[in-house]
Amino acid sequence: MTSHDPVRFVAKNMRLDLALIAGMIAPGSRVLDIGCGDGTLIDQLFHTKGCDARGIEIDMAEATRAVAHGLPVMHGDADTDLAHYPDGAFDYVVLSRTLQAVERPRAVLAQMLRIGTRAVVSFPNFGHWLVRWQLLVTGRMPMTATWDRPWHETPNIHPCTIRDFFVLCQEEGYQVETWLAVDDAGRRGPWRRFPHLANMFGEQALFVLRRL
Amino acid sequence: MQTQTLARSRHRSYASRPMSPSDALTETVHTHVRFDEDLALECGAVLPRYTVAYRTYGTLNAARSNAILVCHALTGDQYAAEPHPITGKPGWWDQVVGPGRPVDTERYFVICANVLGGCMGSTGPRDARPDGSGPWGTDFPPVTIRDMVRAQKRLVDHLGIARLFAVMGGSMGGMQVLQWAALYPNAVFAALPIASAAYHSAQNIAFHEVGRQAIFADPDWQGGRYWQTGRIPARGLAVARMCAHITYLSEEALTRKFGRRLQGAPKDSSEAISLFGEMFEVESYLRHQGSTFVQRFDANSYLTITRAMDYFDLAADYEGDLANAFRGTRTRFLLVSFTSDWLFPTPGSRAIARSLNRAGANVSFVEIPSDKGHDAFLLDEPDFHRTLAGFLHGCAMHAGLPT
Repeated sequence: MTSHDPVRFVAKNMRLDLALIAGMIAPGSRVLDIGCGDGTLIDQLFHTKGCDARGIEIDMAEATRAVAHGLPVMHGDADTDLAHYPDGAFDYVVLSRTLQAVERPRAVLAQMLRIGTRAVVSFPNFGHWLVRWQLLVTGRMPMTATWDRPWHETPNIHPCTIRDFFVLCQEEGYQVETWLAVDDAGRRGPWRRFPHLANMFGEQALFVLRRL
Repeated sequence: MQTQTLARSRHRSYASRPMSPSDALTETVHTHVRFDEDLALECGAVLPRYTVAYRTYGTLNAARSNAILVCHALTGDQYAAEPHPITGKPGWWDQVVGPGRPVDTERYFVICANVLGGCMGSTGPRDARPDGSGPWGTDFPPVTIRDMVRAQKRLVDHLGIARLFAVMGGSMGGMQVLQWAALYPNAVFAALPIASAAYHSAQNIAFHEVGRQAIFADPDWQGGRYWQTGRIPARGLAVARMCAHITYLSEEALTRKFGRRLQGAPKDSSEAISLFGEMFEVESYLRHQGSTFVQRFDANSYLTITRAMDYFDLAADYEGDLANAFRGTRTRFLLVSFTSDWLFPTPGSRAIARSLNRAGANVSFVEIPSDKGHDAFLLDEPDFHRTLAGFLHGCAMHAGLPT
């Protein structure tokens, strides 16, 4: 599959970034999905890849829905509950579209790479051109399809750009094993070798990290 | 200690035979199995033989892989999913266990046993001492949750079941579930401690002590040898039940059910209510709970079992770290708590979930919104029932049970 092809393996009703993440996880792995919602990804990973996939979800109604679907999900908070897992308990620890909403993103990332061999992180890119344009032209906080709640109501208290994230990984000493950005239509961007362009046109980013 | 083969050949099973309700507690015969072998208790005492009374629902499959052990709470018994032989009331978990229920007896084989120390047919303070010198009474050894579980394990072995598909229960039943998972990890595929805790809190011990003191204060208790006069400490036991019952509810539930409504005093009542001429509905309700309880429960059993709960502190058996009880376990856990349960509040379940995380166990954990207090686990709570059914279904898939 070349980087220009639309993503074809999106399961029915499965969020695009979840499908991309599922594509990056090796069969039979031990996976922890933080902020797993109703457990779509762990369900997919168990059924299609035979993974031992578990989840943590902060929204009680979502966690209950997941358990009622027979999925191993516990109510918990990324900021406080990762500390209770032993070192190296998982092959992959997934944080999809949640990093920008946690209290202490650095600490959460550090915990992810303590309890897992790899961290898989997806987040909406605040460096997208439309966000920049709106702020520049209107002088007000951007409102886009991705950033769709007013500043005083958004749970996204720590937005970042793709370049910000590269800098953080460098500061923390994490190896970026692979990364990609997808555009508004869900296509993988052709900007793999040009982070500046990805940061301009990528709506979402997906990183796979390892400790150095 | 006798060999298993010898002991097994001496097992006798009897069918349940309901008796007239007047002396039902002493004369009802419960389905049971007697083990003519030692049971070494945690306290150091040894029961030279013991009886486990139990009921089963559904059919054990050919592979013997679909068995679920249901553990009852303090004042529950083995009649989980059928009318009670003494009270005639529906089984205490009728809404959870049965055909088409979350624990579907069309699919699973459900076992429920009366705990050691109980009064529904399993060995307890009402039984004769081994030397035949009358009932044990208060001399019955102080059994623990672990002793109860070991007696249940013997029953499960007797039924020819090497691995239980699930062990589940609420409150004290949840304590037994945790003890099962810690003691026999390979015999428990899934464990469901509901509205429970890994140790009994100081507040809960305190409430139990009020109940016990109420029993001791009843002149009819007679030092625990009340069988000698035939007068049971009904008032003391009823007050203990009333006190405990408050802890099973919540302020919202009491307000919703009774509020501050008054009702006229029953004319034929000889009780002190005539002092005021009228009573609050909540008082009437509690008195009813107290008076019906004494018909089906033995005071010395109440003392024994409340003590067993008080002693429970699973981590204490594992160097003070609950995670040590579960290291390396392959059992899948589901913990459930209820928002308005102040007797076994959510932090207790969350602490267990975190210990299980530290042990690397597979754990699901949710808190169900309910205003029904601790009793919610016994009542109609659709979210709870969906959670149970879904969790068991998922486990059945992982266990390779036919769907």
